[in-house]
Amino acid sequence: MKVQVLLFAAFREMTGAETLSADLPPASTARDLISHLRTEMGHSRIPPAPAVAVNARHAPLDTPLSDGDEVALIPPVAGG
Amino acid sequence: MTATLTPPELQRYARHLILPEVGIAGQERLRGASVLLIGAGGLGSPAALYLAAAGIGRIGIVDDDVVDATNLQRQILHATGDVGRRKADSARERVTAANPHVEVELHPFRLDSSNALEIFSRYDLVVDGSDNFPTRYLVNDAAVLTGRTVVYGSIQRFEGQCSVFGAPGGPCYRCLFADPPPAGLVPSCAEAGVLGVLPGIIGTLQALEVIKQILGIGESLVGRLLLFDALALRFREIQLPRDPACPACGDEPTIDALIDYQDFCGLSGSQENDDSGDTMQDEIPEISVLDLKERLDRGDSITLVDVREPGEWEMGNLADHGAVHIPMGEVPDRADEIDPESEVVVYCRSGARSAQVAGFLLERGYERVHNMEGGILAWSDEIDSSIPKY
Repeated sequence: MKVQVLLFAAFREMTGAETLSADLPPASTARDLISHLRTEMGHSRIPPAPAVAVNARHAPLDTPLSDGDEVALIPPVAGG
Repeated sequence: MTATLTPPELQRYARHLILPEVGIAGQERLRGASVLLIGAGGLGSPAALYLAAAGIGRIGIVDDDVVDATNLQRQILHATGDVGRRKADSARERVTAANPHVEVELHPFRLDSSNALEIFSRYDLVVDGSDNFPTRYLVNDAAVLTGRTVVYGSIQRFEGQCSVFGAPGGPCYRCLFADPPPAGLVPSCAEAGVLGVLPGIIGTLQALEVIKQILGIGESLVGRLLLFDALALRFREIQLPRDPACPACGDEPTIDALIDYQDFCGLSGSQENDDSGDTMQDEIPEISVLDLKERLDRGDSITLVDVREPGEWEMGNLADHGAVHIPMGEVPDRADEIDPESEVVVYCRSGARSAQVAGFLLERGYERVHNMEGGILAWSDEIDSSIPKY
């Protein structure tokens, strides 16, 4: 299945992309997606457990994903 | 309750008073309200000015910092002539000039675990315009413990975030970010840069949310995280429900007192302030710029590694002394460009980031690694003043 990944702030800089498309095995979770991004797709600078939103709703990393889901990686930002 | 608005107030707030959503009752609520601003910087500047103009009765400002020339590009509370003054002082002048009806209270020290609960308890609402993770977690926990609502904003480069945390039934900062990021993962404004107008937008949104909270109008950002991208000019919204398992605001919270937030964020004993020249890890060997220069002049073979961002490198660097440029974030992927057999000296602007990189290299098995004490600022002060300080 394919999921669309949205990246913001530091995660954009780490990956050089605002969006990525990931091809995952069925029944993958958000955590599997992060692992896929870090290893198979070579984005090793993404931390192993970032905050994510699935279809624009904050979700735990064990959330199962479905084909066509949109997963946003929400970076911690502290500047003020 | 509150006294009636005086004739000068009726005139000043006339454009509010004709809004049915505000009216005299709403304006009196604003005047009866108190708001605590954490930081009189990029976010605190527009927030303070708009809240003052709107007629908030009492505004508290916590900031221990002094105005620096590099602040002026975005921190519109402070003017050119304020460089070197306490931010709290110039903030009070600007706020009072904007609206003398506002009572301004200064807290010209650093918010910490010993003072946060007492200060928070004296205000209705808190605006988080801080610039570092330890303070963000401190603000969150203090707000949850005192039952205060925090209007959150944060910025980096061209992007910002805004939400309302700690409101009844709503999420808190820890529902989103339970644990702090690894130290060094996220650069500060000094390291990453920030477009000056960006905090103007996010800080103004914070002021808006404060006013809506006080008036009880509209649809607040409680339960929603707003993500702003200035370059694309796009707002995105993430639904953010309260996490029942949250350690701060969950059903069975485990945080019942404030902790050491420097320690919690992996910043051992030192501070993360942008202008800090302190190293973050005591055990990292250091070399002074004078010693380094002497050894370079002697012809010692030293690999100099500049871990700053590209824009910082372009302003001035030690390439003439053979420095290689690997921005901190790229070090994990590019460490193999640094010969493990060689003697390595890492530097950044002030010595904080390079201490982290030096620690990383030491962990990776590099044996002869030093952090250049005081960074390029010290080099500019003591060796070569043609390298600009920033």
